[in-house]
Amino acid sequence: MPKEKKQCEHYAKLCAMLEKNENYQKAKVYADKVLALSNDSLEKTIAIAVSLCLVCAVLVSFAAVALKPLQINNKELDMKKNILDVAGLLEEGRDIDSAFAEKIEAKVVDLETGDYVESINPADYDQRKAAKDPAQSVAIPKEKDLAHIRIKAKYAKVFLVKEGGAVKSIILPVNGYGLWSTLYGFLSLEPDGQTVQSINFYDQAETPGLGGEVVNPNWRALWKGKKVYAESDLPSMEKGLISEADMGEPALSLIKGVVDNSKPGSQYQVDGLAGASLTSTGVTNLIKYWMSKEGFAPYLSKVRTVKGGVS
Amino acid sequence: MSAILNDETKKVLVDPLVSNNPITLQVLGICSALAVTSQMSTSLIMSLALTLVTAFSSAAISAIRNHIPSSIRIIVQMTIIASLVIVVDQLLKAFAYDISKQLSVFVGLIITNCIVMGRAEGYAMKNPPLESFIDGIGNGLGYSLILISVSFIRELLGSGKLLGIEVFQLTKDGGWYDPNGLMLLPPSAFFIIGLIIWAVRQWKPEQAEKVEFKILPIAHGEGGHH
Repeated sequence: MPKEKKQCEHYAKLCAMLEKNENYQKAKVYADKVLALSNDSLEKTIAIAVSLCLVCAVLVSFAAVALKPLQINNKELDMKKNILDVAGLLEEGRDIDSAFAEKIEAKVVDLETGDYVESINPADYDQRKAAKDPAQSVAIPKEKDLAHIRIKAKYAKVFLVKEGGAVKSIILPVNGYGLWSTLYGFLSLEPDGQTVQSINFYDQAETPGLGGEVVNPNWRALWKGKKVYAESDLPSMEKGLISEADMGEPALSLIKGVVDNSKPGSQYQVDGLAGASLTSTGVTNLIKYWMSKEGFAPYLSKVRTVKGGVS
Repeated sequence: MSAILNDETKKVLVDPLVSNNPITLQVLGICSALAVTSQMSTSLIMSLALTLVTAFSSAAISAIRNHIPSSIRIIVQMTIIASLVIVVDQLLKAFAYDISKQLSVFVGLIITNCIVMGRAEGYAMKNPPLESFIDGIGNGLGYSLILISVSFIRELLGSGKLLGIEVFQLTKDGGWYDPNGLMLLPPSAFFIIGLIIWAVRQWKPEQAEKVEFKILPIAHGEGGHH
């Protein structure tokens, strides 16, 4: 117990010093004087307001600062969990950090040219933050703003899943407005830049049970194997011809009702969400936007031209 | 325990559960009762957060009640409540991240929850801290009771689940239960709360409000055709 005793003595000494301090004495006398005043006097009103604000401010800032590391950690972990989930690599019981570090590689892509930006360390790049920074973002012209997001970051952070050196999936961040909220999610594609592996939304506030069903695993499973671009557009895109004329609009969309898989064209269709037509339209629009020339089409066309997929 | 909980404090704690329930009798705090009750997990966390905020804010306000200038008393109460709510929100973000994501703005909206303000103004300003604390717990539990009952009904009938665990197998998954979509929308909470208020007032008729005016029968010979 000597350590505790030492601490006690230390505090006792500090208290004694404080007692002797002239300013402390003055403050104490003033506090007693104020407390004795009538509640409705101007001086007391101001003194109470100021001291209350001080106490509350200290309490709030203490909580915010002390808990910040935990909160940041939670956010990062949640993001990694979502990326692993969309890549189909989420294993029960496996440590998320280590699984992420082992299997996933982050890359920063210039949306306009479709090239990787090597000068930015992906670990330090936050695309959502960059979208809010005028220096790192561009305003989207209204007629092109299908996803109703108004601004986008110049550079996007994509994730690659590699196995034995070969890329297995390309994970692209997408966002767009639904009914109540902006949906943020990831779309995972095969290395052909054309076939969907999975989709998930990690941040949305659509109506639970209706639009909120975008997180439903059963619905998300319907996306597997769907094609983003019309097959007839692909050859010209593969040549790297991404001029306005050659650039086919992304074909993938949500339809009303259930997709009949035997019909031609069903590979470009996903069931709409029952009772949530506006959220469904929002999802269609965000896919159309992010897979267009405005979004990842330049990057994907480069991916396709590299023989054997992405490097 | 019996030493701490004498009859008076017991009354303060138990009364708000049914006989003076903040939602069914005082009809306060309805807004969040509509918003967060589509799932039980969010209602449970919301109940816990509101109970803690009500209890601690009541205790804090009561502790300084004799020094609160009446001209700024509402602002003083609001400041204390708002600070506590921010702390609760920060705690949730640090320790229950998924739930805090689902509750989103509704934790912040505890600040404007009428129950918290109502207890601060109606009880904590006139009573000592310990009683105010217990009163806060009691009212928080009264709110929780309604919230949890409503969310039980809504989650069960709306998505066939309880606390996220499947109870009724849904038709879309090959089961028998066709979920009631209305239950997932906020208006359904209005109907359920209305039914609960009706049931409570049938059971305890003294809670029914007095009729403010009576429509007189039309006297013979008046009205009709001329």
